[in-house]
Amino acid sequence: MDRPQPRFPEPDTEPFWEATKEHKLMYQVDRKTGDVVFFPRRFNPKNGSMDLEWRESKGLGTVYTFSVVRLNRHPSFAALGAYAVAYVDLDEGFRILTNITGVADPTTGIKVGQRVKLKWEDQSTGYAMPLFEPA
Amino acid sequence: MASQKRDAAIVGIYEYPKRKAPGVTPLQIKAESAAKALEDAGLSWKDVDGLYDANDGAASGLGLAEYFGFKPTVIDTTSVGGSSYEFQASHARRDIAAGKCKVALLTYGSTAHSQSRAIGTGGMGGAGAPSPLSNMTDPYGITLIANYAMVAQRHMAMYGTTSEQLARISVATRAHAVRNPEAVQAMADLGFVGTGEISVQDVLDSRVIADPLHLLECCMVSDGGGAVVIASPEVARGTKKKPVWIIGSGEATKYNENGGDLTTSAAAQSGPIAWRDAEVSAAEIDIAMIYDSFTITVMVMLEDLGFCKKGEGGAFVSEQRLHYKSPLKPALNTDGGGLSSNHPGMRGLFLLIEAARQLRGESHSQVEGAKLAVAHGNGGMLATSHTGGTIILARD
Repeated sequence: MDRPQPRFPEPDTEPFWEATKEHKLMYQVDRKTGDVVFFPRRFNPKNGSMDLEWRESKGLGTVYTFSVVRLNRHPSFAALGAYAVAYVDLDEGFRILTNITGVADPTTGIKVGQRVKLKWEDQSTGYAMPLFEPA
Repeated sequence: MASQKRDAAIVGIYEYPKRKAPGVTPLQIKAESAAKALEDAGLSWKDVDGLYDANDGAASGLGLAEYFGFKPTVIDTTSVGGSSYEFQASHARRDIAAGKCKVALLTYGSTAHSQSRAIGTGGMGGAGAPSPLSNMTDPYGITLIANYAMVAQRHMAMYGTTSEQLARISVATRAHAVRNPEAVQAMADLGFVGTGEISVQDVLDSRVIADPLHLLECCMVSDGGGAVVIASPEVARGTKKKPVWIIGSGEATKYNENGGDLTTSAAAQSGPIAWRDAEVSAAEIDIAMIYDSFTITVMVMLEDLGFCKKGEGGAFVSEQRLHYKSPLKPALNTDGGGLSSNHPGMRGLFLLIEAARQLRGESHSQVEGAKLAVAHGNGGMLATSHTGGTIILARD
């Protein structure tokens, strides 16, 4: 069963998810102040400015924190076994909720502060999930 | 010296005794609890002129007024998860001080257990209208427990906090629960493996639900509810029980931000506001009723409320404190908490109820000479977005 997919109409996050179809991890920047805006919005929550531009992330970052989920009754995740959810701090200055994959045992193979890199998981909907693995 | 402000007092309390209540609706729990709390105060149904409701009975402010048959002059439907009742108590005090109402009623009812709501492990996703937050979180399978567990993981990495230290919160809370007959019955009714005292090792030996949190670090999912009556000083003079004065309050939100610190909660904002309001400090507090959805919730909030410094929660709870008989303040969650007594989803009301019991001298784990208590409710998700409501209570 597929992961829960982003749902639309949801205009704030739609450009982000459209870009994932081309494997691009996008974030917003305030053109005047340089503030990084994420999750996607139409304004900068630090000052209300709507003068934002989209930029593409290089996909390199650091694990801020994580948890290994041992039990999830949601049908999309119930059969997965242990999997890691994490906040990753991208080098460009934004924090994304994601999964850490590519480790043999997530209960021992992930550390706070670890360097990680982006990898894409294509979905049947056409979107792709930005996931991370050890860099 | 605590504030001598006497704007409003808790004068009536009731905690619905059952944690497994099939065939009863949340609205019925709210109505029965309202009647019992008013009886506890020596007030009557027709005295209520302020209605506070977190939309938990599928009736909202309008529907609940009709169901109860009230024509209130104040309707407040502040709904901020488990902290709703600390926010509402703060608003009730403000509304009473402004002369908008004299007798405020807060009620709560839930049948989370009987509906088999998998609150902690149900995962997120797919329900309700999409939002920016839902679209950025639903795909990754973050359960509610994993959400809080991520705060614990960061706390451990930053400050060297251990599972042994977090477990002490479960141990102290259970020690109080076994003294509370309703909590013991709750644990039996909900199928706890054991209903007696537990050790640190028992907590560590219980299975990991979401690293680093173990089963015995997670609250139960029960049915339940209750009611609190808050009244003006004039009304409080004529009530049956000694008034428990609301002398300070604070409200705050906190959410994940780019570069932000998730080991600090909304309590770091609401706490100082409440302490200034009450003119007391954490060191003077006899009883801390802190929302124990998980052990980490309590540890973070003990720090943020100023009982110890940020990062020192592990050492703080490792001293022989938290127990109601300890000479070291504060006693923690003396009713048995959400961990071992009552958690139907939004526990904030019970924090006020047990704090009031303590200041009346009615607790099963009575702290001798208790004068001051803090109730701190937490609502929402600790690692994504949450609220904090702090209420400071004093007896005369």
